[in-house]
Amino acid sequence: MNRDVAVIGVGMNHWGELWEKSLRDIFVEAALAAIDDAGVDHIDAMYIGNMSSGLFNGQEHLASLMADYLGQSPIPATRIESACASGGLAVKQGCIEVMSGMRDIVLVGGVEKMTDVGTDEATFALASAADQTYEVYQGVTFPGLYAMIARMHMEKYGTTREQLAQVAVKNHYHASMNPMAQYPQKITIEDVIHSVMIADPLRILDCSPITDGAAAIILCPLEMAHRFKNHIPVKISGIGHATDSIALHTREDPTALPATTAAARKAYKMADKKPEDIQLLEVHDCFTIAEICVLEALGIMEKGRGGEAAASGLTWLDGKIPVNTSGGLKAKGHPVGATGVAQIIEIVTQIRGEAGDRQVDKARIGLTQNMGGSGGSTVVHILEAAQ
Amino acid sequence: MSVPSYWREMPQRYRLEAARCLNCGKISFPPRKICPSCKERSFETVQLEREGKLLTFTIIRVAPSVFTDQVPYAIGIVELKQNVRILCQIVDCRLDEIKSGMPVSIEFRRVSEDGEAGVIHYGYKAVPKDH
Ligand SMILES: [Zn+2]
Repeated sequence: MNRDVAVIGVGMNHWGELWEKSLRDIFVEAALAAIDDAGVDHIDAMYIGNMSSGLFNGQEHLASLMADYLGQSPIPATRIESACASGGLAVKQGCIEVMSGMRDIVLVGGVEKMTDVGTDEATFALASAADQTYEVYQGVTFPGLYAMIARMHMEKYGTTREQLAQVAVKNHYHASMNPMAQYPQKITIEDVIHSVMIADPLRILDCSPITDGAAAIILCPLEMAHRFKNHIPVKISGIGHATDSIALHTREDPTALPATTAAARKAYKMADKKPEDIQLLEVHDCFTIAEICVLEALGIMEKGRGGEAAASGLTWLDGKIPVNTSGGLKAKGHPVGATGVAQIIEIVTQIRGEAGDRQVDKARIGLTQNMGGSGGSTVVHILEAAQ
Repeated sequence: MSVPSYWREMPQRYRLEAARCLNCGKISFPPRKICPSCKERSFETVQLEREGKLLTFTIIRVAPSVFTDQVPYAIGIVELKQNVRILCQIVDCRLDEIKSGMPVSIEFRRVSEDGEAGVIHYGYKAVPKDH
């Protein structure tokens, strides 16, 4: 059996510093929203993307806990971890379960509750996505790793400080139209280039924030989608997943993201699409430089010319290929394990025509790219209107 | 950091011990059980040469707690002569003198101090040459 998979329900909460809500509360909120949006009366199985509830909340055994609090025990529930790509990978696993015929209605969620610990513990937890023994031991941080990529890209290809800033300016502008975003404030290039330096050349406004949040979607076989609520069914037509060395320094070209290129190649092939067929993208802009490198790795921009994308207007909402209309990780927020699921939600919302002020005209084919660490894992999905 | 894990890494941190593939000659640092290039499983132990050049770097201004007493500090990717890359701090120079491409040598230094136990961790750092 090999069935097409549709996304029939989506749900998330307003992301931010949600001190009054617990890890289980935010997950269940998003999951119930997805269940209601789909109009299903039960789910057959569940996958949860989560990077580090152990370090952020001292809580493991997450899948069973969440199935219980969602009122779904004894359904099979599985927690998936691939650092910041945990959410995207959970979506892939959910798709496989539906495609295989194993289960029909599968909930895929992602959650991260990051503000229960101080900044220092949060930094430690996030750093565990890098090589503890050969990177973290030496005193490097995640902004530091991406800063080294940024410097190399600037020196090799002439990418400018302003071009980096344009990515942040664009994504904050998009977030200003997303009611779920953590930072919907518009910012200027001046704001970015005068913000506090974190790791040269990256400043605080080049970095995605620390966020509490959850996101959930409901998958079912495409042939069954008409039985539920009357949304435009959105088909997941391409799936790609690849890995690479998690230590940045061992990669031949630190500005390239081979796992992203490999994952995209598989997804394009499965969906029978080329980069030029894609109308909009949600990509992993954990730092401004990341969006630039990712667009190159996906074949959307020529190698070395990713800096021109936001600066020329190409990837803005009214540009030819809008990127991160949700506000991206940068401004919507980055609750690590939830990010990959929320990327799917944005594309589904756009294809349904329900994106409000940030609606992309006639959106029918979109791509998501969710990346772990400094590029050690990547999951790409291609979504299309199914009619 | 636990004592066993620190002790286990000493050959790499103190002596830069690496593994040279007996089939294709590729050097892996740290040593591996299977060659990433040719899948060979036998290796000989070699020491990395302590000279190379800086490929890229950054200045860390917001650091993890064990490094906060050192900020701002430079850290970068060094390509050693045997075509092996390591990540380490760059020391013994002004931060504004550091440039990509500059020749560096690798020296044995104190890396961090464990706050609670006061244990000092050692390892390798890069020092600009002709300095
Ligand atoms: Zn070999």
